[in-house]
Amino acid sequence: MAAAAPAVEAKVPVPQERVSTKVLRILGRGPVQIVLVVIGLLWLVPTFGLFITSILPLSDLATSGWWQIFSHPGHATWSNYSALFHNSGLLTALKTTAYIAVGNTVLVVFVGALAGYAFAWLDFPGRDWLFIAVIALLVVPIQMALIPMFRLYDTLGLFDTWYGIALFHTAFGLPFAIFLLRNFFIGLPKDILESARIDGASEIRIFLRLILPLGLPAIASLAIFQFLWTWNDLLVALTFGQNTTPITVWISGQLREFGSSLDIIAPASFISLLIPLAVFFAFQRYFVQGLLAGSVK
Amino acid sequence: MAAPPPGGEPGRFARYLTAAVFLAPAFIMLGVWMVYPAVYTIIRSFFGPTGFLGSWVGTDNYKTLFTSSYFTTAIKNNAIWVAVVPAFVAAIGLIFAVLTERIRWSLAFKTVVFLPIAISAFATGVTWRILYDQNPDTGAINALGRVVSDAVTPPGVLSNALPSTASLQPHSGGLLLKTPLHPGGVALLGLTGIAPQDVPSGAKQAVEPAAKQGDINGAVWRDFKPGGGKPGVVEKGELGLPGVSVELRSSAGKVVQTAKTGADGSFEFTDVPAGTYQAGVGASSFAKPFGGYSWLGPSLITPSLLIAYIWIWAGFAMVVIAAGLSSMPRDVLEAARTDGATEWQVFRRVTVPLLAPVLTVVFITMIINVLKVFDIVFALAPESEYGHANVLAFAMWQTAFSGGGNFGVGSAIAVFIFLLVLPVLLLNIRRFRREV
Repeated sequence: MAAAAPAVEAKVPVPQERVSTKVLRILGRGPVQIVLVVIGLLWLVPTFGLFITSILPLSDLATSGWWQIFSHPGHATWSNYSALFHNSGLLTALKTTAYIAVGNTVLVVFVGALAGYAFAWLDFPGRDWLFIAVIALLVVPIQMALIPMFRLYDTLGLFDTWYGIALFHTAFGLPFAIFLLRNFFIGLPKDILESARIDGASEIRIFLRLILPLGLPAIASLAIFQFLWTWNDLLVALTFGQNTTPITVWISGQLREFGSSLDIIAPASFISLLIPLAVFFAFQRYFVQGLLAGSVK
Repeated sequence: MAAPPPGGEPGRFARYLTAAVFLAPAFIMLGVWMVYPAVYTIIRSFFGPTGFLGSWVGTDNYKTLFTSSYFTTAIKNNAIWVAVVPAFVAAIGLIFAVLTERIRWSLAFKTVVFLPIAISAFATGVTWRILYDQNPDTGAINALGRVVSDAVTPPGVLSNALPSTASLQPHSGGLLLKTPLHPGGVALLGLTGIAPQDVPSGAKQAVEPAAKQGDINGAVWRDFKPGGGKPGVVEKGELGLPGVSVELRSSAGKVVQTAKTGADGSFEFTDVPAGTYQAGVGASSFAKPFGGYSWLGPSLITPSLLIAYIWIWAGFAMVVIAAGLSSMPRDVLEAARTDGATEWQVFRRVTVPLLAPVLTVVFITMIINVLKVFDIVFALAPESEYGHANVLAFAMWQTAFSGGGNFGVGSAIAVFIFLLVLPVLLLNIRRFRREV
């Protein structure tokens, strides 16, 4: 996090820059700016291309690429989208995706915050060892759990349910959640907690009334991460869902006929990335903070 | 949990109980979804393909992993991923972070480059698959390739043309008239198999030029008119083919003169010394147009995947490195500059070494990501190329779930991936123990 700016700007005498060197400096930045503009535009091309592909009729896409839009802007049509929104499969998939992503996010935040608080502010034997265990679990690959949980889900009746998929994500999100929140909670001012305890507040009350509100910045980062992670997941849903499928898995069912299903694949993919993009733009700051905090993962 | 020892601090038991209540939900979930499965998978990797455990097979599953070409391809490809992706992501991220450092609109640039991380790797796969289409008419990258290729080697005007008579024979990529010619002769090079829309623009009625002393002249024309016409004869209604390069070869077969045909298809070799010659159409006129690289084909699929994946993650490295740059001690850099170091020396000798911890984080994160890469392979590679695009996580899923149904080998791959990330796990623990 950025350090607070000093309230008063220190007045240090700055040696006067010669006009010629100043001009040279600004001119020298010109090429860099141009290069950056070009790179920035190049970086946008794939996503832009997907969007344009999604608004062109299939008959056009069979013979010419999406850049034909520049010569035939009149070919653009929303018909692919309106057809998709009459497709009950897509709507169900979007609903399933939302259930999984929201359910998982709420669970990870709550369960993770409880444990993070215990690790940060409660005293119990073996605390460091248990926390080391959590850190060890940070990098355990999902692949280690797929086969056993596939069997267990069958027995427990969790197979092909949105909550089964959400719970799997929750468990694998917990080590990071506990790690992130414990580190944030431990930095909260100690005297606030102490005085609340002296006032006789119960731990659960302190947790709900003090820790959660104060921990909001870290919780926001965590929530955004979890939401995006589950919204964008393919592997877990592919393994534990059959008829209950989020948007990625639903689209993957069309991949076999890629060219001739492009009028479904492209708009559906674009819809699938609209929500993450909206979340990203709305909470960019928290997203970057979470990323910086979590890059030890 | 142990009861409080007699004479212990009052309320200690209650405090431990509180901690247990706070920790229970997390540890139950971690136990059921992570610890139990991890132990089971390790054990399961020594047993046969089906059943809760199946029959004991010892290390056979691991042997399969290192001998079957399906898995060795996956291991080899994943090694390429590990060797290429972290280095490129870090390098590009470093360049972007440094370039944007003193630009006023750096936030806009960073947002654009960072954006792909928010998008699912699956949607990215779909996106790039559209770009990688082999047909230059529909695939953006090959369309760009065609622009470059056409500038370097322009496609011939007659890429599909065929000779109209047997006297015109294929010769080193072009066509050669077998009939020997002498100065004052006329060469008629009739071609067919040219669709009306493929006739070069500006073509006019073909004309058979009159013989000229000391020259060899002739015509290249579309030896076809509605109804057919007579092969080898220039007739009314038949068009000349402009822009065709014609070659005159000596009796030794050497090209002595070249000429381009005019709008009526006529050409002329002037001041030809006495001798025997042959005329023909050069190979460049038949050059095939750019057909596009097979980005999604067997040999390029892995590089294509790497490019798309680097596109996703470069922004991550940029943001992490930029954060490292902004917390860099300015006075150290200034001191180096004052001491007369050039900008490059400052970058190479001061900035990069100071960034080492941040670069390490980028490398470790990317290595872990790359060892588990799955979604983008699934979405970007066509099903027919899954074998060539194969990586560990993908092989694991296919073996265990997608028709494979082999839980023994599937578990062995999972354990193999786990062993590869184990050093990072130990590193994390060591780092934490240093902290407390």
